[in-house]
Amino acid sequence: MFSDEQLMIEEAARRFSRDVLAPGAAARERAAAIEPAVIEGLAQIGLLGVTVSPEYDGVGADYVSYALALMAIAEGDGAVSTMVSVHNAPFCAILERYGSEEQKQRVLRPAARGEFIGAFALTESHAGSDASALRTRARRGGKGWIVDGSKQFITSGRICGQVVVFAVTDPTNPKRGISAFLVPSDTPGFNVAKLEHKTGQKASDTASLSFDAMELPNEALIGAEGEGYRIALSSLEAGRIGIAAQSVGMAQSALDYAIRYATERQSFGKRLLDHQAVSFRLVDAKTRVEAARQLVLSAARLKDAGQPCLEQACMAKLFASETAEAVCSAAIQTLGGYGYVEDYPVERIWRDARVCQIYEGTSDIQKIIIGRSLAAAA
Amino acid sequence: MDFALTDDQRAFQDAARSFARGELAPHAAHWDEASEFPIDTIRRAGDIGFCGIYTPESAGGLGLNRVEASIILEELAAGCTSTAAYISIHNMVSWIVANWGQPAVTEVWAQALASGQKLGSYCLTEPGAGSDAASLKTRAEKRGERYYLSGSKMFISGAGATDLLVVMARTGDNSAKGISAFAVPADAPGIQYGKLEHKMGWNCQPTRMITFDAVEVPEVNRLGAEGEGFRIAMKALDGGRINIAACSIGTAQAALDRTAAYLNTRKQFGQELAQFQALQFRIADMLTELVAARQMVRLAAWKLDTQSPDATTYCAMAKRYATDVGFEVCNQALQLHGGYGYIREYPLERHVRDSRVHQILEGTNEIMRVIVARAALKEGATEDLR
Ligand SMILES: Cc1cc2nc3c(=O)[nH]c(=O)nc-3n(C[C@H](O)[C@H](O)[C@H](O)COP(=O)(O)OP(=O)(O)OC[C@H]3O[C@@H](n4cnc5c(N)ncnc54)[C@H](O)[C@@H]3O)c2cc1C
Ligand SMILES: Cc1cc2nc3c(=O)[nH]c(=O)nc-3n(C[C@H](O)[C@H](O)[C@H](O)COP(=O)(O)OP(=O)(O)OC[C@H]3O[C@@H](n4cnc5c(N)ncnc54)[C@H](O)[C@@H]3O)c2cc1C
Repeated sequence: MFSDEQLMIEEAARRFSRDVLAPGAAARERAAAIEPAVIEGLAQIGLLGVTVSPEYDGVGADYVSYALALMAIAEGDGAVSTMVSVHNAPFCAILERYGSEEQKQRVLRPAARGEFIGAFALTESHAGSDASALRTRARRGGKGWIVDGSKQFITSGRICGQVVVFAVTDPTNPKRGISAFLVPSDTPGFNVAKLEHKTGQKASDTASLSFDAMELPNEALIGAEGEGYRIALSSLEAGRIGIAAQSVGMAQSALDYAIRYATERQSFGKRLLDHQAVSFRLVDAKTRVEAARQLVLSAARLKDAGQPCLEQACMAKLFASETAEAVCSAAIQTLGGYGYVEDYPVERIWRDARVCQIYEGTSDIQKIIIGRSLAAAA
Repeated sequence: MDFALTDDQRAFQDAARSFARGELAPHAAHWDEASEFPIDTIRRAGDIGFCGIYTPESAGGLGLNRVEASIILEELAAGCTSTAAYISIHNMVSWIVANWGQPAVTEVWAQALASGQKLGSYCLTEPGAGSDAASLKTRAEKRGERYYLSGSKMFISGAGATDLLVVMARTGDNSAKGISAFAVPADAPGIQYGKLEHKMGWNCQPTRMITFDAVEVPEVNRLGAEGEGFRIAMKALDGGRINIAACSIGTAQAALDRTAAYLNTRKQFGQELAQFQALQFRIADMLTELVAARQMVRLAAWKLDTQSPDATTYCAMAKRYATDVGFEVCNQALQLHGGYGYIREYPLERHVRDSRVHQILEGTNEIMRVIVARAALKEGATEDLR
């Protein structure tokens, strides 16, 4: 089923997840930060450059390996998986596909070695689902470009070393007037305006960024001028495989916990698991998690084979993220009152998993994209 | 058949709504964030009678019926779910004490509870006895004119901040008939409060474990007869289930109100979200289910008010349905706010976190199904249950 390399990567991720991520997840949530040792540890086992070619210091693994690794990471800590996911794809994936050789040497290589964390800044306060409505503006000037505007909900916005920023370079042309820029977070004019206080995913920071006459050199442009919208959309394919994989991982860990709990806890003189309603619910959950896993892997295999996989990736993201919430909710219910308190992990996993139906395109947006292929197929 | 509220009911609804808007809603986010139990606010709710809504007037309550209680609690929950839910539990305690307390106890406590000057907790669940509450192990040993309570209670709402505990403990055999109920002052020697539970929601009310170590309780503090405790606990829960169901309805209504307004103002792709058919249908379903759930709750409350023999079954159906619908509506409302639904600046995610526990406590929704199924499967039962 899986190659030795795929299994090796999964195993490394799983070990790290079990030994480091899972035991620290609750504390990480309280601290609302991912400790540097975690980032170093991820870097050491190659998880910050999984699909990046070895030429640029990545592992050069395929997307199946990537999906397996992310599932394992998310099983340990859903917030860490979000940071890892955004860093690998879209961030590294965009640079590898669209970056210049100079950008790859200067930024992709250290990124893939995990020397800093990458971020992806597309969303704005009035441009969420409709990413083409951006207002952040880049004008020619200074050493190359002057950028003004703001971004909303940017994962790793506070801790990132570099961020891919999408900005309007030609306001007369809604879709071809957007360009992508590679921005070091220490650029003057780059500000972290606010950190969001969220339901879950607390260790993964989500920031509003503001750009105040931020000057960028010409080399900051990724790809060609006007190519930004295409870059943003194309990168979401891998991004969605990532979110789907995270969803599966979180669902799996909540499910495993609930199954263990149901074999230990008694009510009415028998194990919870011996009540048919409890056991059937867990069986449904298990079935759905397995279906989600196979959808993710199938999208990843298509991508590895170089075939179009947008529809598969969207279906995987849609199904896996909805499954994750339902499964985590079933896990909470299985624990009864204990499911609702922080001493047990399942409510945190629910809170972490909830966002998977929102970021990288909400469920409705996945349906819009999948819906397009209905007409195309007819 | 008349579905309209009476003038009096509308007046109580208005009073509850204006209290919720003025005194609860503006502070709910802060109370959640700071885990602050708003005792003063709860006392002010008591000033207008909301701490003894269905407690008899003779005991200082408003003496309203359960339909009216559901109307009031629904409005309060729209302002702050967690505060309303605590108030609903307090109402249950106030009612138990007024109805089953011996004069020595009611003289001291009934008025104080009904007015909200003193607050109560309801102590049934134990670490090893949740759904199967009748298997509880806390013992009340009788020596002379006194009982000595030993054991522990889990997940007690208000614990540590309340004044009177209604405690179910075993005085006889291992069956439900071996359980008695007691009114125990919260500061009685031998009572210890556990750590504050950190929860997904319901953060503005403390939840704690309580341990009892040979806590001395005078016989006059027994509520009802010896062996009647479980029946009292369950009777109280019939009303408690309506209360908590009403809290889900109110929370969901607040989420729905806000979402409808949001869909009309938020624009994406050059139009209001309200223009997209998928979202129109979603809000239509949310509203439909919510209205159905509210009517179900009122029907069950009416069954209780008219002492219908199948009231318990209807209360269980209403609790199951309304808390499921309430959570789903809140969760959809979160989703319809996109990323903004997931951040604390907006109330949607709090509504979701708060309403989730309603599917678990006052009898889990599985236990509701156990109750309903037992009734439904009796021969010919569905002739009457309909
Ligand atoms: C924790 C977190 C991390 C994030 N990380 C990043 C990041 O790193 N980088 C980044 O760029 N963004 C990020 N985002 C932003 C995320 O991608 C957006 O929130 C998401 O795309 C939705 O946009 P919105 O919040 O503006 O919702 P809106 O677009 O306003 O959507 C509101 C609702 O309307 C629905 N809707 C919208 N349009 C339609 C339509 N045409 N038809 C039917 N329904 C529709 C949506 O499905 C949703 O339910 C993050 C968000 C969160 C919460
Ligand atoms: C925030 C909070 C506040 C609370 N406040 C109070 C309070 O004030 N006073 C009080 O007394 N209690 C209170 N509780 C306790 C609450 O009522 C219990 O948690 C609840 O009754 C479930 O018991 P449990 O947690 O032991 O779950 P368990 O009984 O262990 O149940 C675990 C799971 O198994 C299922 N299950 C159990 N038996 C069966 C069966 N026969 N068939 C099918 N499924 C079954 C349950 O439905 C649940 O899904 C509170 C709980 C919480 C979380």
